[in-house]
Amino acid sequence: MDGKNIKLRLGKSYGFQWLIYVLAFACLVPLLAILFYIVKAGVTKINWHFLVNIPKPVGESGGGIANALVGSIIIILVAAVIAIPIGIMAGVYLSENRRSRLAYWVRLCTDILQGVPSIVVGIVAYFWLVRPWDIGFIHHKGGFSALSGSFALAIMMLPIIVRSTEETLKLLPDSLKEAALALGMPFHRVIFKVVVPVGISGILSGVMLSVARITGETAPLLFTAFGNPYLSVNVGKPMQSLPLLIFNYATSPYQDWLNLAWGASLILLFWVLFLNIFTKVITRKWKVQL
Amino acid sequence: MESTIIKSRNFNASFGTNHVVKNVNIDIPRNHIIAVMGPSGCGKTTYLRCVNRMHELIPGATSNGEMKLNEEDVYQMHPIFVRLKIGMVFQRPNPFPNLSIYDNVIAGYKLNGIKLPKAERDEIVERSLTKVALWKEVKDSLNKKGSFLSGGQQQRLCIARTVAMEPEVILFDEPTSALDPISTSTVEELFHELKTNYTLIIVTHNMQQAARVSDKTAFFFLGELVEYDETKTMFTNPKDQRTQNYITGRFS
Amino acid sequence: MITRSDIPLRVINSSPEAIAKAKARARRSFRQIRTENVFRRSLMIMGLLMIILVLGICLTLAWQSRLSISALGPKYLWNKVWDPVQDIYGAWPFLLGTLLTSFLALIISIPFSISVAIFLGEYHPKGWLPNFLKNAVELIAAVPSVIYGFWGLAVLVPIVRSFESSIGVVPVGVGIFSSSLILAVMIIPYAASLGRSMISLVPSHLKEAAYGLGATRWEVIRSVVLPYTKSGLFAGILLSLGRALGETMAVTMVIGNTSAIPKSIFAPGNTMASVIANEFTEADKPVYLSALIELGLVLFLVTIVINLIGKRVIDRFTNE
Repeated sequence: MDGKNIKLRLGKSYGFQWLIYVLAFACLVPLLAILFYIVKAGVTKINWHFLVNIPKPVGESGGGIANALVGSIIIILVAAVIAIPIGIMAGVYLSENRRSRLAYWVRLCTDILQGVPSIVVGIVAYFWLVRPWDIGFIHHKGGFSALSGSFALAIMMLPIIVRSTEETLKLLPDSLKEAALALGMPFHRVIFKVVVPVGISGILSGVMLSVARITGETAPLLFTAFGNPYLSVNVGKPMQSLPLLIFNYATSPYQDWLNLAWGASLILLFWVLFLNIFTKVITRKWKVQL
Repeated sequence: MESTIIKSRNFNASFGTNHVVKNVNIDIPRNHIIAVMGPSGCGKTTYLRCVNRMHELIPGATSNGEMKLNEEDVYQMHPIFVRLKIGMVFQRPNPFPNLSIYDNVIAGYKLNGIKLPKAERDEIVERSLTKVALWKEVKDSLNKKGSFLSGGQQQRLCIARTVAMEPEVILFDEPTSALDPISTSTVEELFHELKTNYTLIIVTHNMQQAARVSDKTAFFFLGELVEYDETKTMFTNPKDQRTQNYITGRFS
Repeated sequence: MITRSDIPLRVINSSPEAIAKAKARARRSFRQIRTENVFRRSLMIMGLLMIILVLGICLTLAWQSRLSISALGPKYLWNKVWDPVQDIYGAWPFLLGTLLTSFLALIISIPFSISVAIFLGEYHPKGWLPNFLKNAVELIAAVPSVIYGFWGLAVLVPIVRSFESSIGVVPVGVGIFSSSLILAVMIIPYAASLGRSMISLVPSHLKEAAYGLGATRWEVIRSVVLPYTKSGLFAGILLSLGRALGETMAVTMVIGNTSAIPKSIFAPGNTMASVIANEFTEADKPVYLSALIELGLVLFLVTIVINLIGKRVIDRFTNE
């Protein structure tokens, strides 16, 4: 055990530490590169005209992304309306039934759903809602529609909402529920008037997280909402959404469309980042544990 | 050889603004067992951890003053050197869970990158385990992981691990407080054996243990070294009123 | 089930008003109990919906692949030619593309993920700079994959193209290599955040034992922290892999979309997910569509297995 040996070991230790620091902060480089590039490419394309017009046909310059903006909002809203009540109630079910056999399978399936690739969800929604089918005397007309897109997105939102609701409610003390029950409150009132309001911050955080997650999703919409060059508010017909527009126009060879895609990318990126940062800030403020 | 092995002069230690060890002056003689006792929060563990420079691993922890090992200031040496000469046994037995018993004993050498021929390694393992009276019990299971050992055996394994490095001083931080009475007595028997080759400093909150095993005792109170004397004298005729209060408070 | 007759009628006096009040109270209690049963039942149905969804997905995928499973048999998976025009279907180019991109992305991203995990879990668990890094890495996962794809197409592909011509390879730009690079960036956060939480769980008394023996910080990490968190880090890597396998949009935009078997990592190719995305709406023959669905089935099964193994490992690690 001599000085030289220790110097070498210390050198290795400091060298390792330096390496870790460099690699860790190197992760920020692509993130910053993307942010800067998208801002640079997109900021010149955004103006009022851009926001209120629909895309022009190929060859004509100008146009905007109004159909995608409106479409995105509608699709996300419908998806949220489908997913939130089901997700919260399933989460309540899981937090009320910790040990039952059925709850074990429900939990397992929720975990499975979380890992399903987004394109597979799109395929399944296609076969359930877009393909026409007949069962008995029920005839499903089918066709691409915003509703089928929302349905696919709702499937992706569910596991997040269920899990965060369950985790939030699990942390609440049993005495809360018991106090309400002891007063003779019926169970559904206990849940909706006592338990959920106390845990609302965690549940809301889960909801916001799930919305942030699906805002940028494209694959589930490829064969469901499909896209629409016109502004439409009919959920039974194809609808454009921001990520879909970006995908279609970014892979096209037309400069006008590429410009639209840059502007749309900037809006989408900032919208998603805002949602995520907002959720983080709210979660910290409410001291929620997700 | 100098007969004082550890010397502290005007030694202080703090956690941020919290001054927990105040102006300690103590001479620890070679090949003796020194017990350090006092009520909770009196600074005894902090002082101990300053001796082998473990205290500074906590963010915000500071210290100043003289701490000498064999007339060399410990704070002028590199901490790794210090810890090779001053070993430590902790309160909770903490053998490395992924290593076998054999590898646990030799872990100090492995960690320091010292490569030894197998014969020498075997000899060190056998010698260390014999010193802690574990050799007979585990010599046929050296390759198993230590999780099947009882608490007392695990603690003795940790002592073997420390002893394998042949330090000059061994620090014990409440070494038996997590053990049952029988394991405690087997570990206490070890102290007497270890005294011949090492100097032991044992922090304990158990006064009877201090009285049983040590040659000299140091009593800490509110961060200060209140009294330091031969153990017999300390317990029968303490000089400071605070020591007297502490001792009698426990007996009655 | 509680029936009307079970609810006792408690009357304080026998006046007709009192009896009417008691009856009304009993009716209300009965109604509330019935609502409670209905409510509990609907909670269970909502939970059941999760199981139904998963079963539905499995069944739909299996049902829709039956045509290609029966017509093409197992040979489909290792046939090397994909030519739907001539009715020749072979999935091997896409399986190869998926494996190449995912594993290459994993190899590239692991040093970065583990570094972030060690930095945040071991060196700096607290502080504003580590917090900033932690949030920034999480934001990497938040960026939509179309944006990764678009940026990749516009910025990364030209860089790769000039790199390729400088090393004497056909300068296409798009291909397995570019996709792996983008994918590597996208999957960093998964192993990093799981790794960080595993590393912060290492009990400090084990690390202290190593320090007490005179170890340097690197030696403590190598001999105590990393062995202790081995399975947790492995689970994190599995999670990253699962994510890489299922990623569609960014890969589709940057991989080149050819059905030929890639000759090198700089050649264009296709993954299972990207070929589905590209050719699904063009599949005019039933067998064609069914063959694509079968790819979806394989993708589904593989990602599920990987994710479940990862979750199982984590559960076992945190419960020990």
